[in-house]
Amino acid sequence: MYSHPIVCTILNMTPLDFVISLGLISIVAGVLGSLIGLGGGVVIVPVLTLLYHVDIRLAIGASIVSVIATSSGAAAAYVREKMTNLRAGMFLEIATTTGAVSGAYLTTLLPTRFLFILFGIVLAYSAAATFQRRRSAAPLTVSHDRIANVLELHGEYYDEAEKREISYKVTGTKLGLFMMYIAGLVSALLGIGSGALKVPAMDLAMHLPMKVSTATSNFMIGVTAAASAGVYFTRGQIDPIIAAPVAIGVLIGATVGSKVLGKITSHAVRLIFVVVLVVISLEMLQRGFF
Amino acid sequence: MRLTRRPPATPEAAKEMEEKIRLTEITISLVLRIGVSVSVLVFIAGIVVMFVHHPSYASFTGSISFHGLTSGTTQFPHSFSALATSLSKGQGRGIIVLGTMLLILTPILRVAVAIVSFSIEKDPAMTLVTIFVMAVLVLSFFLAGL
Repeated sequence: MYSHPIVCTILNMTPLDFVISLGLISIVAGVLGSLIGLGGGVVIVPVLTLLYHVDIRLAIGASIVSVIATSSGAAAAYVREKMTNLRAGMFLEIATTTGAVSGAYLTTLLPTRFLFILFGIVLAYSAAATFQRRRSAAPLTVSHDRIANVLELHGEYYDEAEKREISYKVTGTKLGLFMMYIAGLVSALLGIGSGALKVPAMDLAMHLPMKVSTATSNFMIGVTAAASAGVYFTRGQIDPIIAAPVAIGVLIGATVGSKVLGKITSHAVRLIFVVVLVVISLEMLQRGFF
Repeated sequence: MRLTRRPPATPEAAKEMEEKIRLTEITISLVLRIGVSVSVLVFIAGIVVMFVHHPSYASFTGSISFHGLTSGTTQFPHSFSALATSLSKGQGRGIIVLGTMLLILTPILRVAVAIVSFSIEKDPAMTLVTIFVMAVLVLSFFLAGL
C-alpha cells in the first residue's frame, strides 16, 4: 500500500509511537500558541522536520491544521470571556483572508529565500518594537480614528491578573489593515503562522492591550488558515497520520492555554511573545541564508 | 444609507442590544466548541480504526517505521472523490481526513454565524464586513479547485 517506505536511520519508531509522541509535543504547541496568538506551527514545523525528518511540505500542511485547532480551541473560551475583540477581529479578517488568497497564488512568482530573509528582518524589528512598548502600553482613552469609531471597534475586558475591568480605544485601523494584509500574504507564501505579524499589528499600530491582541490574533488565525487550507488539501499536504495527533494534542493544549491567559500579567505575555518572535525570526533568517 | 448601528433610544433598548451582542458571543463560542469536539471525536475514531486495520503499525517489534507513512510519496486522500472511496472502504485515514475537513469548516461556520448575528443586531457595516470575509473564503476554496 505504501509503495516507497523510506527507512530513516536516526529515529526509528512504529507509527503508534509516532502518533503518541507527536500528540504529546502538540499539547505544548497548543498551550504556547493559544497564549501568544500564534498557531503552534512555531513548534510543529521544526519538530516534524528536524526531529522526525518529515517532508517539509507535509510539515507545513500539519502546521495549517495546528493553526486552525489552536484558533478554534482557544477562541471558544476567549470569545465568551470577552478577551477577544470580536468586531476588530472580524474587521481585520477582510485584510488577512484577502492576503492569504493572493499569497497562495504568488508562491511561484517570488524568490522564497529573499522572502525568508526579508521577513526574518521584519520580525526581528517587530520583536524589538514590541519589547520597547512594554513601558508605554497603557490603553488609549480617546480615539480619533474614523473607521474605529464608526464600526465601534473599541472594547473592554476583565483582566483576571489585575482584577479589574480594562476599557480601551482602538486607533490606526488603516495601518492595521495593511499589516494584516501582509500577515495573510506571508502566512500563505511561507507557510508560517500569520500571528507573528498580527499581534504586533494590533499591539503597535492599533494600541489594543497585549492580551486582547494575542486573543484576537488567536481568533483570526483560524479563518486566515482556512483561506489557504483548501489549497494545502488539494495539493496533498495534509497527511492524516500527522494531522490527527497534531489536531488532538493542540486542541488539548489550547484548552489549557485559554485558562492560563487571563491569570498571567500582560507583561509576561509580552515577554513570552518577544522571545518566540526572536526564535521565529532567527529560524527564517537561517532558512533564507542556508 | 446609514452604516452605523442606530444608537439605542431608551435604556431598555440599550439593554436589549447588549443582550443581543452577548448572544452573538455565546453562539460563536458554542459553534467553535461543537466544531472542535466533533472533529476530535472523528480524529480519535480514525486513529483507532487505522490501528485496528493495521495491527503491525502498533507492534514494538514490527519492521514498519512511521517514515513510510510520512514521506513525500505517501498516499492518502486529497480530493473529495478519493475521500469518498476511502470512507466507503472504512479506512482510518479517510475518517481522519473527514475530521480535518470538519476542523477546517469550523472557523468558516463561525463567519456564517457572525453574518446572521450582525444582521439580527441591525448592524449593516459589520454585516457587510463578515459577508466580504465569507466571500473571500468561498473564493479561496473555489480557486483551490474544491
